[in-house]
Amino acid sequence: MMKVIEGSHAVAHAVMCCRPDVISAYPITPQTHIVEHLSQLVADGKLNTEFLTVDSEFSALSSLVGASVVGARCYSSTTSQGLALMWEVLYNSSGLRLPLVMTVANRALGAPLNIWNDQQDSVGARDSGWIQLYAENVQEAVDMTPQAYKIAEDPDILLPVMVCMDGFILTHVYEPVYLLEQDKVDSYLPPYRPAVVLDTANPKTFGAFVDPSKFTEYRYMQWDAQIRAKQKIVDAALDFQKIFGRYYGGLIDTYHAEDAEIMIVTMGSVIGTIRDCIDSMRAEGIKVGLTKIRSYRPFPAEALQKALKDASVIAVIEKDTTVGNQSALLTDLKAALYNSKLRMPVLGFTAGLGGRDITVTDIRKMVEISSRAKDGVAESDYQFLDLKKELL
Amino acid sequence: MQNLFAPGHRACAGCAMPTTVKLILDAAGPNTVVASPTGCLEVVSTPYPESAWMVPWVHSLFENASAVASGIEVALKRFGKTDINILVIGGDGSTLDIGMGCISGMFDRGHNVKYICYDNEAYMNTGVQRSSSTPYGTSTSTTPSGKASFGNPRPKKDMPAIAVAHKVPYVATASVAYPVDLRNKVKKAIATPGPAYLQVNAPCITGWNFEAGNTVELSRLSVETCLWPLYEYINGELASVKKIRSKKPVEEYLKVQGRYRHLFKSPDGAELIRKIQAIADANVKKFGLVD
Amino acid sequence: MKLTIGAVVEPGSTMVTKTGAWRTFAPVVDHKKCIKCSLCEIYCPEACIHQVEGLFVPDLDYCKGCGICSHECPRKAITMILEEK
Ligand SMILES: Cc1ncc(C[n+]2csc(CCOP(=O)(O)OP(=O)(O)O)c2C)c(N)n1
Ligand code: SF4
Ligand code: SF4
Ligand SMILES: [Mg+2]
Repeated sequence: MMKVIEGSHAVAHAVMCCRPDVISAYPITPQTHIVEHLSQLVADGKLNTEFLTVDSEFSALSSLVGASVVGARCYSSTTSQGLALMWEVLYNSSGLRLPLVMTVANRALGAPLNIWNDQQDSVGARDSGWIQLYAENVQEAVDMTPQAYKIAEDPDILLPVMVCMDGFILTHVYEPVYLLEQDKVDSYLPPYRPAVVLDTANPKTFGAFVDPSKFTEYRYMQWDAQIRAKQKIVDAALDFQKIFGRYYGGLIDTYHAEDAEIMIVTMGSVIGTIRDCIDSMRAEGIKVGLTKIRSYRPFPAEALQKALKDASVIAVIEKDTTVGNQSALLTDLKAALYNSKLRMPVLGFTAGLGGRDITVTDIRKMVEISSRAKDGVAESDYQFLDLKKELL
Repeated sequence: MQNLFAPGHRACAGCAMPTTVKLILDAAGPNTVVASPTGCLEVVSTPYPESAWMVPWVHSLFENASAVASGIEVALKRFGKTDINILVIGGDGSTLDIGMGCISGMFDRGHNVKYICYDNEAYMNTGVQRSSSTPYGTSTSTTPSGKASFGNPRPKKDMPAIAVAHKVPYVATASVAYPVDLRNKVKKAIATPGPAYLQVNAPCITGWNFEAGNTVELSRLSVETCLWPLYEYINGELASVKKIRSKKPVEEYLKVQGRYRHLFKSPDGAELIRKIQAIADANVKKFGLVD
Repeated sequence: MKLTIGAVVEPGSTMVTKTGAWRTFAPVVDHKKCIKCSLCEIYCPEACIHQVEGLFVPDLDYCKGCGICSHECPRKAITMILEEK
């Protein structure tokens, strides 16, 4: 059913269709509408779940650790400062191999305090062991939600998943969206039936402490599960397509990539603007294409090596920076390319921090800089694209 | 008695905490799940691939056991299993300090979780640092006694009162030296719907530094000196108090512990001991400990 | 032994570790003095002193020799004896 609906509302509806047993969340802009909509669905008797209004994001995720160990399908949503407050539980829940699903309404991390969108929050959590999927638009955020459960709960994976969607830009936008049909979700997503749970009939101990003789192996198992999740993410997208008819790529997706000389690599909602720019630049004869990251963790190194192999220059644009180094996706990508035979220049652009719009002009400027680099004109290989130098 | 806390755990010889846990589980029975925070109990009972726990047990973090238990409670409810006892058993640091936010949330939401703190009055697992449950005048590794210090400058935080302020329907103190009383209180906590809070005096031989074999004796002395009153609050009202027939001077309790040795060495120590006696006397007055 | 996902462990499995090796002093029970009050059993942190055929006997596989049973026995029926190793 197609409906013009607020992004948060559509995501809440998708969560409902996944039949979560327990939801635990704490309000924070711009995630609030998601939990408010979920609360309303509970109040209206449409969503049958245990909804916990907790005292903090830290408690929110911690309570889901308890619920998940009992075997409940769990959901939370947060952003920015809330995600930061969850930090310890992010690592803990992943290490305990609990298949939680959480929507992150991406927002800047203070100070200075700023409630608007960038992706510094979830990008900063990239090493926590959570799988991270990034949605381009509301529809994809909706459709990623059951996919996230399918990947997380796969007995071969058992890792928590973050569905990242740009705060305000996607959470607060009204768009025509196909809402998920309950019967289709039910046939796509089987009930969660974990093999071992906290159970008085089979009283196991969860979360023992592990000494140096085995800790490396535990980290390895978690690492290996993420690597194996690459195929599951692809499968989850294809299975979804079979039932719902919508597909956004597996680990990555591409747009005008075949003959692209200048390849833009990015993730999240900025892709909408980039697609439009590509259309108009293509009309002008500029051979520019896009590689979209759907899965940032696990990092799709092999898929990227393949997708980028014929490009003359790569332009990575992202809404985060690694203070003290270059940006996160950029450095990940360069690491993925270094030992391959690919030797094109890779340029990095941080833009859109703290809610600043990434404009068509910004994208064109990036493409121009990249074009010059392609022709051998060396410039800084990493820059803040939309920096207002006059303010410094 | 049934034992649901297996031997082979790594607690120091003479630690009160395993006995405390054993008694709690004896009262609660096998139809119980437990969440524990990081601390001595967690570390000594679950060195992978071993566990002393014979009931389902989970550890997540140092400060979140009550939130974890909240999630356990709602999930069990979701699955129709409302007859299972849900306990948190954690140390004083995880309870009175770092876990306060989560505990307050759990009490406030009214979860049917029984929170039991084994109180050894410091962060033992990390090497006897002060917690807000460390008593006044105690030497710890972060409040050591010295020329310019008499040890911990602050009195114990009154956690039971904090629980009462949350309208927790059953709040009590207990001691490992009074096993019948302890077991009864666990049973009462379980029988009372909603959250409960129980704080159990559990001496740490390593941190308190006393002679082997004296563990239970010391906990008994803390009660008999009125430094550790045994009481129950039911629905906010003081409902029972263990009367002390022959109240002992606090010196008897203090002098047998290394953590108070400094009080008996310096001339100022006598004044400190008087202040500690005043704390005991205030308890006598507040709770009517002596007839 | 293969590692379990999420470090899940079997109940009561610390029993494989015989903490009796820690002991310096061992409790010796004078059964003639014992009045079967079971306080030693109640207080033992190792849960290792039980009635065996009616007599309270410490399980020396686990007894750490803490001396609590000896101290708490109202009849002084338990003596801690330095063990020859
Ligand atoms: C967030 C965090 N901070 C600090 C620690 C280190 N830590 C582990 S156990 C512990 C002390 C535990 O004290 P308490 O709760 O009183 O239990 P005890 O060990 O005394 O039984 C500390 C400080 C930790 N694990 N996590
Ligand atoms: S340090 Fe103290 S509390 Fe910890 S195991 Fe040893 S005696 Fe028990
Ligand atoms: S000495 Fe300690 S460990 Fe040994 S039986 Fe007695 S109480 Fe138990
Ligand atoms: Mg402590």
